[in-house]
Amino acid sequence: MSVTREQVAKIAALARINVDEKDLDHMVPEFNNILAWVEQLGEVDTSAVEPMTAVIPMPQRLRDDVVDADPLTGGGKRDAILANAPAAEHGFFGVPKVIE
Amino acid sequence: MTSLTNLGVKAIADGVAGGEFTAVEVAEAFNANVAAAAALNAFIVTTPEHAIAAAERVDADRAAGKALGLMAGVPIGMKDLFATKGVQTTAASHILEGFVPQYESTVSQKLWDAGAGMLGKLNLDQFAMGSSNETSYFGDVANPWRRNDGGNAKLAPGGSSGGSSAAVAARLAPAATGTDTGGSIRQPAAFTGISGIKPTYGRCSRWGIVAFASSLDQAGPMARSVEDCAIMLEAMAGFDPKDSTSLDMPVPNWSTALNGDLRGKKVGIPREYRMDGTDADILKSWEDGIAWLKDAGAEVVDISLPHTKYALPAYYIVAPAEASSNLARYDGVRYGLRDLPEGAGLQDMYAATRAAGFGDEVKRRILIGTYVLSAGFYDAYYTQAMKVRTLIQRDFDAAFAQVDVILAPTTPTAAFGLGENVDDPLAMYLNDVFAVPASLAGLPAMSVPAGLNSQGLPLGLQLIGNRFDEQGVLNAGLAIESRAGFTAQPEKWW
Repeated sequence: MSVTREQVAKIAALARINVDEKDLDHMVPEFNNILAWVEQLGEVDTSAVEPMTAVIPMPQRLRDDVVDADPLTGGGKRDAILANAPAAEHGFFGVPKVIE
Repeated sequence: MTSLTNLGVKAIADGVAGGEFTAVEVAEAFNANVAAAAALNAFIVTTPEHAIAAAERVDADRAAGKALGLMAGVPIGMKDLFATKGVQTTAASHILEGFVPQYESTVSQKLWDAGAGMLGKLNLDQFAMGSSNETSYFGDVANPWRRNDGGNAKLAPGGSSGGSSAAVAARLAPAATGTDTGGSIRQPAAFTGISGIKPTYGRCSRWGIVAFASSLDQAGPMARSVEDCAIMLEAMAGFDPKDSTSLDMPVPNWSTALNGDLRGKKVGIPREYRMDGTDADILKSWEDGIAWLKDAGAEVVDISLPHTKYALPAYYIVAPAEASSNLARYDGVRYGLRDLPEGAGLQDMYAATRAAGFGDEVKRRILIGTYVLSAGFYDAYYTQAMKVRTLIQRDFDAAFAQVDVILAPTTPTAAFGLGENVDDPLAMYLNDVFAVPASLAGLPAMSVPAGLNSQGLPLGLQLIGNRFDEQGVLNAGLAIESRAGFTAQPEKWW
């Protein structure tokens, strides 16, 4: 299976990455080379095989439903959370206007 | 003072504990080597004050008669993929340039608690995606080794932990952290003549490590001896409730149990690793390794891992798929770069920020990942790759019913020149052909130096163990190390 220029542009849009015509010139053949190579997996008979879900089987752990059980990942961290935000305002993340 | 920088983890910890030298003297000696090695570009930022402060605490603890940790007085390099509180953490990307974590990763915290100090944050391939350190936004790292042909061609230090490998090989640090998703500890260790181990998936907490492919990412140590790796891994490993895939198992005392006597052990030699295109020097070093393990008392057994050739293509579906999901968080809102073109809305801001902030290889993998997870293609690509992953794990399970440890080359070639593979992503991916199968199966695997090739470049041998059997891997590594007698060092040119 190979992908067209339009499909690569659409995938880039889905991935929220701007690409221009020049980017697409090299991306499309690279993309198709990689796809052609991974398609050899189709040779493998997997009809009786389950897909891997956990590389090392382990039970899912639950913790007690307690507020701030671990202070590091609990609440009260507003300033630390906003410390690296490119446009924090009034204790919130700032974003461009989204509602007209 | 220069002789201090030839010491490894154990020698430094023992010397500090025994009062032969102070931790501050050690930190100063390594800080000086780091400062004089800008030509290698191994560090993105240096933190000499962190190394000194940690050393002063160790010296004070010793003077006060307090018990010292496993890594007491050992200054290390920290791969710039670990969040370090108050110190810029970039994953070698533009999108995280200037990001200063407000918290410390579990693994780095454990190292500081064990008495280690930080020399700086080490360069790497961007988001750990690469095998040559050439995808870093902060420039290539140069391998301290050069070919013996008299030319001065700069060679790749391997990747993604290329800053780590270069720093340890060049004696800028006695040890460094690495992370391994599909060979990123083992391949750079092989390219620079050092040792490195990726433990069983879940041994080291992933909390605070910038995520690439969460079902594969594992941290591990890189150092100049098997024993140093064992000591540092003990300090790094352990259960962490903050990582949902952390192994809830005690950490064995790998370093004290180290034993290179392999009598009664069986070593598997996988016939599928004898691939076309593997260079003759590599095959020769593999034969040497077989002889050394026999000499250590092991019985050598031919084994088959029939799905080996499918490991790399399966990896290049699974890892990009997970990366496309993990890297969705870089949106220009919460941290890192924001590119907001004049009059742009929210969606335009996302797309502009990600276009400006990610490098070409990262974009390539996000796009592949987005495609293989998209409706209509998911089963054909992603589900099929995860089924093949099951088959690869079954191959290893069958092998470990027969043998205790597997011996293989780490890489198909020695270090290549910077720029040689950058135009061909597939050629670059092939570097990890021997490393990826163990990653897909979550198994512990290590690279140890085996010797030099005809061009005077180091070669590595890889040991793969059954899950949770780091000890078996380290013991076989020690058996090779003690017979290979690898003492070569890169000649200083930087």
